[in-house]
Amino acid sequence: MAEHHKLTIEGNEAAAYIAHRTNEVIAIYPITPSSAMGEMSDAWSNQGRKNLWGTTPEVIEMQSEAGAAGTVHGSLQTGALTTTFTSSQGLLLMIPNMYKIAGELTSTVFHVAARSIAAQGLSIFGDHSDVMAVRQTGFALLCSNSVQEVMDFALIAQLITLKSRVPLIHFFDGFRTSHEVNEVIIPSDDLLREMLPESLIRDHRKRALTPDAPVIRGTSQNPDLYFQGRESVNPYYEALPEIVQQCFDQFAELTGRQYRLFEYQGAPDAERLIVLMGSGAEAVSETIEHLVARGEKVGMLKVRLYRPFSSRLLIDSIPATIKKIAVLDRTKEPGSDGEPLYKDIVTALADHVGSGGEHFAAMPRVIGGRYGLSSKEFTPGMIKSVLDELQKDAPKNHFTIGIHDDLTQSSLEWDASFRVDATSSVTRCMFYGLGSDGTVSANKNSIKIIGEDTDLYAQGYFVYDSKKAGAVTISHLRFGPDPIRSSYLIGEGEAHFIACHQPVFLERYDMLAYAEEGAVFLLNSSHSADKVWDDLTTAMQQQIIDKKLQFYVIDAYRVASESGMGRRINTVMQTCFFAISGVLEKDASIAKIKAAVEKTYGRKGAKIVERNFAAIDSALAHLHRVDIPDVATSESAMLAPVSGNAPDFVKNITGEIIAGRGDAIPVSAIPNDGTWPLGTAAFEKRNLALEIPVWDEDICIHCGKCPFVCPHAAIRSKVFSEAQVKDAPESFKHVPVKGREFEAGSRISYQVAPEDCTGCGICVEVCPVRDKSNASHKALNMAPQPPLREQERENWDYFLTLPEYDRNQIRWNGMKGAMLAEPLFEFSGACVGCGETPYIKLATQLFGDRMVIANATGCSSIYGGNLPTTPYTENAEGRGPAWSNSLFEDNAEFGLGFRLAIDAHHDSATKLLQDSGLNLDTNLVTEILQAGQSDEPGIHEQRRRIEAVKEQLATIDSEPARNLESVVDYLVKKSVWIIGGDGWAYDIGFGGLDHAMASGRNVNILVLDTEVYSNTGGQMSKSTPIGAVAKFASGGKAAPKKDLSMIAMAYENVYVGHVAFGAKDLQTLRTFIEAESYDGPSLIIAYSPCIAHGVDLSHNLRQQNLAVDSGHINLLRYDPRRAEQGKNPLQLDSKKPSIPFKEFAQTETRFSMLWRTHPETAEKLMRRAQQGVNERFHHYEQLASLSYEKADEGESS
Amino acid sequence: MIDLTTNYLGMTLKNPLVPSASPLARDPDAAKKLEDAGAAAIVMNSLFEEEVNADEEQLDHLMHHQDIGHGEAASYLPAEDSYKTHLESYLEQLEGLKRSLEIPVIASLNGTTSSGWIRHAKLLQESGADALELNVYYLPTDLAQSAEIVESRYLEILTGLKQQVETPVIMKLSSQFSSVGNFVQKLEKAGADGVSLFNRYYLPDIDLETLDVVPSLKLSTSVESRLSMRWIAMLYGRVNLTLAATSGVHTAGDAIKLLLAGADVTHMCAALLHHGPAHLGEVLKGLEQWMEEKEYSSVTQLKGSVSHAKATNPSAFERSNYIKVLSSFDSPDSVWR
Repeated sequence: MAEHHKLTIEGNEAAAYIAHRTNEVIAIYPITPSSAMGEMSDAWSNQGRKNLWGTTPEVIEMQSEAGAAGTVHGSLQTGALTTTFTSSQGLLLMIPNMYKIAGELTSTVFHVAARSIAAQGLSIFGDHSDVMAVRQTGFALLCSNSVQEVMDFALIAQLITLKSRVPLIHFFDGFRTSHEVNEVIIPSDDLLREMLPESLIRDHRKRALTPDAPVIRGTSQNPDLYFQGRESVNPYYEALPEIVQQCFDQFAELTGRQYRLFEYQGAPDAERLIVLMGSGAEAVSETIEHLVARGEKVGMLKVRLYRPFSSRLLIDSIPATIKKIAVLDRTKEPGSDGEPLYKDIVTALADHVGSGGEHFAAMPRVIGGRYGLSSKEFTPGMIKSVLDELQKDAPKNHFTIGIHDDLTQSSLEWDASFRVDATSSVTRCMFYGLGSDGTVSANKNSIKIIGEDTDLYAQGYFVYDSKKAGAVTISHLRFGPDPIRSSYLIGEGEAHFIACHQPVFLERYDMLAYAEEGAVFLLNSSHSADKVWDDLTTAMQQQIIDKKLQFYVIDAYRVASESGMGRRINTVMQTCFFAISGVLEKDASIAKIKAAVEKTYGRKGAKIVERNFAAIDSALAHLHRVDIPDVATSESAMLAPVSGNAPDFVKNITGEIIAGRGDAIPVSAIPNDGTWPLGTAAFEKRNLALEIPVWDEDICIHCGKCPFVCPHAAIRSKVFSEAQVKDAPESFKHVPVKGREFEAGSRISYQVAPEDCTGCGICVEVCPVRDKSNASHKALNMAPQPPLREQERENWDYFLTLPEYDRNQIRWNGMKGAMLAEPLFEFSGACVGCGETPYIKLATQLFGDRMVIANATGCSSIYGGNLPTTPYTENAEGRGPAWSNSLFEDNAEFGLGFRLAIDAHHDSATKLLQDSGLNLDTNLVTEILQAGQSDEPGIHEQRRRIEAVKEQLATIDSEPARNLESVVDYLVKKSVWIIGGDGWAYDIGFGGLDHAMASGRNVNILVLDTEVYSNTGGQMSKSTPIGAVAKFASGGKAAPKKDLSMIAMAYENVYVGHVAFGAKDLQTLRTFIEAESYDGPSLIIAYSPCIAHGVDLSHNLRQQNLAVDSGHINLLRYDPRRAEQGKNPLQLDSKKPSIPFKEFAQTETRFSMLWRTHPETAEKLMRRAQQGVNERFHHYEQLASLSYEKADEGESS
Repeated sequence: MIDLTTNYLGMTLKNPLVPSASPLARDPDAAKKLEDAGAAAIVMNSLFEEEVNADEEQLDHLMHHQDIGHGEAASYLPAEDSYKTHLESYLEQLEGLKRSLEIPVIASLNGTTSSGWIRHAKLLQESGADALELNVYYLPTDLAQSAEIVESRYLEILTGLKQQVETPVIMKLSSQFSSVGNFVQKLEKAGADGVSLFNRYYLPDIDLETLDVVPSLKLSTSVESRLSMRWIAMLYGRVNLTLAATSGVHTAGDAIKLLLAGADVTHMCAALLHHGPAHLGEVLKGLEQWMEEKEYSSVTQLKGSVSHAKATNPSAFERSNYIKVLSSFDSPDSVWR
């Protein structure tokens, strides 16, 4: 038998490994959680890694999954071995092509990290909703339950499809398997070759469309033929189950790992049976083992091949003694009388019994239940509860397990403390880290060390929260002498080792609830061993005492900084972990960590290796055991997850979710149609900033630039009278406001929200004022937050109580005035220094109280709407942006739908208003119908009039009055916004964007252009510039950035604006105002620096300036109304490029790294980029200078 | 036939003109042009300590710290195995120059700390560098650092280096030492094979619009070679190590003056950037022509003939130059007043 080696990898890598070795063409579109498969394939191809037959697979990123499916279909039809990777919505978009591929009997394997489908909400997490939605396409469905199975089945699937000509979906649970790190035996190439004979590949090629032996396919068929054609594939599906088992058997001969279509495990005389597929089967397997060992007559059936469904094999696999069966589905079909797997089992049994089959003494009682939707935990306690339910005389059918359904009482109760034998020999460790502190990569490294260098088996699973800044990561690691099948998180009271890498978590998370008795607790704290005890909450101290924990402390930030590691504590914490967890012998493990560091950096990073070694050596000297007193001495408690004055929903639901107790929330408390309230981000005080800006009111010139650039609305300005602040806190700063547009005696304040600020420093950067005696002192200066926290919290709370400046008085054409408007988008979870959020915030300041937003999937939908909180909020009148994320590809159409409906309501209201039967004040009605509403006072007036109408309507008792009431508010102008990133606008949603622009309807389209797919980890978009490195363009993008402005201008009836707030703030402000005023489609392309550019976003503004000065971005406005006035609609707002493109590019890693990896290509692409910059500006310059003067009218005859 | 050969760090060069560290060495074509124009050796563009460190940081960042803890993105830029570090590129460039040129190639290191330099120097030696120019460009901003401390920094690096490599080492110095001559002697004792006088510090500017301190680069002019001339003249004959003149060598006249003062070689940078590599040929021709006209037979012959030890009026190299310039009404000593 050929040699194999063992590696610790995640499920995605296992699938990609085989897919890359066994395919020639890979066409994909990234989607969580399957993106990594495509990325790895692209990386391998770029490294020149070849497939089994010596060629490098061609990897292409398409514009959407629909596009990828089309390309896959085309590639297969022309004879190449082709594959794709996808999940969820992406799989749905592939459906039409899947029917075709199956109908044409084409061999292919699609690897799917199965994920929930967006319904009441989107979820990136795992369940079987997507694969169940394609079970009718004719694709076979093969399910892997573990990382090793993913590796094995990916290979076996390829053989199955080549032998049978039936295409296959190979799926495994998103996140639980796709992202789980576990140990696998990697099959050798010899094994691969033995499994995949070249004759089968030649057969596949022979069926290709080729002019050398031409045929036609995809014909259009009529009633006389189509039905028979559909049935002609029957023999292939009938033969498939046996072929699958043959392939399984062949694999078993070569590896010793035997799989079957349906696999039974349990007591030979079992009476109760659980049937399921996916990672849940691993947990069930542990539980069955545990119960059988205690004499229970239970068993389980793993379903591996779900389509074609072989009823015969199913029946044969179930022990004849079975009397009761619980079928678990990891999906939901609202309106059905049972989920798919359950129904198939029932049908098979009914068919068997109904046709006289005698396998069972009597027809088993079958119940169906749902579990684990969207990676909801599925634990042995839950599994036991299902088996217990089966024991009842009348077990509950259509149950749910894992939630509390107090609405329709479907849920079963379970014992959360139930543990199985499999856990007894396993060491369990949990690590709480901050997203950016390297905890996760250190843990992945630890798993590698333990799993690959010792006889122990290792497993790792990582839980993230929803934020992009200050995100919390919780790593669950397990080690043991046997392979680890526990497909669930470490539970309360189970962990042998708990590490808290950030002291700020002490006041937020109940970490020690997870500690077992005698466990080790490691805390990173700047307090010494004799003082740190006082830093803990009372509850924590009591837990340490009660559970007799071993408590260690280390000042990891100090060790890191002294070793030259800056703020990177991962190596320090990792060293401590090995030293005290007892998983490996201390000296041996230190040596292994050092070896791993050396291996990682190789020759390239000698200095870094040095520093890591210094950190490792010094870590142990600074690790101290803490003496535990006998009683708890602390008086501090954990902070409430939401601040005190929150409304009930926020306290009871949002707060619980923030505290990590969301699983306990019952069904009845969840909004049933996916509707959630606004304004919740304000209650989540995250205290991320180490430093916050301090206002020097003496030198400030009140320019208003700082509120404009703040990504988080954490610094704001208000103007008020002296009288309004007579009861202000002492430290609240305010000064006379500069500017004659304000009433005499008015005061202004610029106030920071100290607990919401992220410390990005961009406000300080933009401040144009310097102290005349000290150039480094500006009107804003950063200072440490902790000493200022209390005082500024009080000031901020007071600031919020001050009335908003009268919007009717605001001068909107200047920054100072515009920035007095209240932002209705605040404190999002966007990255520190995000380049997108200032644009959204601006839009809400200008139009928020009348705004409806259609938001595409992407960063903006995640920071905009990822529960538990949303940054969108209401003003004091209860108005604010109404927001929804539909899908990715349909965002423009979704928003267009908003406009159509709003206009329809407007029409209804107009008609009803004119209905004489209502006896409304005719002057009022005329005013309303003729209202211009072209400015803020106009809208204010209209609102006043509508209120007056409502007052009149309230006195009228008639249907028309009620009807008018339901639409009268639409007589106040509404602002429709279609917001999304470049992934949506340039790629997957471009078709819809085209149609929305061509429609001529009044919509505002805001493209937040980061020039890459930011949310999913930096894949290339058609907006990515030439020479930039991105995933799927790791050798530098060869094609130039698609010029969306130019395309939009071609419609001639679209207002187009290209802006960069950090380069020209006034032009940005003007553009937003003009866009809204234009009664037609408006497109604003907003340049947004992003961390995917490989630059620290404290340089956000500098990067925007460089982008504009180098000509990479040309700021412009194209206003179709100007043409009617005989003026050129195009105005160029940025000047001729004044610095070479290279000067801009070299400041961003996305460009500069190309010189390191492909220096000749870098030079070539830089030259082309410079040429492009010159040519583009010249082109625009010429366009902007064309004459639009109307020709004399007199000539027509 | 005039003998233009000169001794440089133990090597015999065919003439005293050696282009100094500049971007020209990055381009193999430009380097070849310099050789064709007559350059006797070439100093590579400097390998900056900060660049090497920043490079490692960037690589580190690329490999590990793109993770922001968001479930949908494990990283933001593709991790590349083929990432060539700055150091690796430099070594490749050195090897390339050694392959395509016949003249000696001197690698140049620019930094302020000794860590890593020794490792880099070894690598440079392995890649074929004929000599190492060490540019310890250090600006003591800490007022507690006395002249002695500053000097010992240089000596430490040099001593450490000389223990590890066999290639000749030349120290490129700025003029900002309390006692230049004494310091050069110390360097010689510590094992320096030569000194290159004087490096110019690039001086930052203040932007009156933004009130920022901004880096600025102004190339040298001939007048700056006078400082090197003074000290080379003082040192010639009193120390045995190679004396190289740098900064402000633009014309043949400049080069000749420095040779007369006692320089073994004269470096050129700004002039070549300004006029192109062929300019070196012009300077060489000018040197030859002058020597022919004045009937000198070799560079060795004229070298140091107008040094402090041998000049007619050596005090002009000293402070009296100042006084003489101020008052031009003095009579010579030989006249009775």
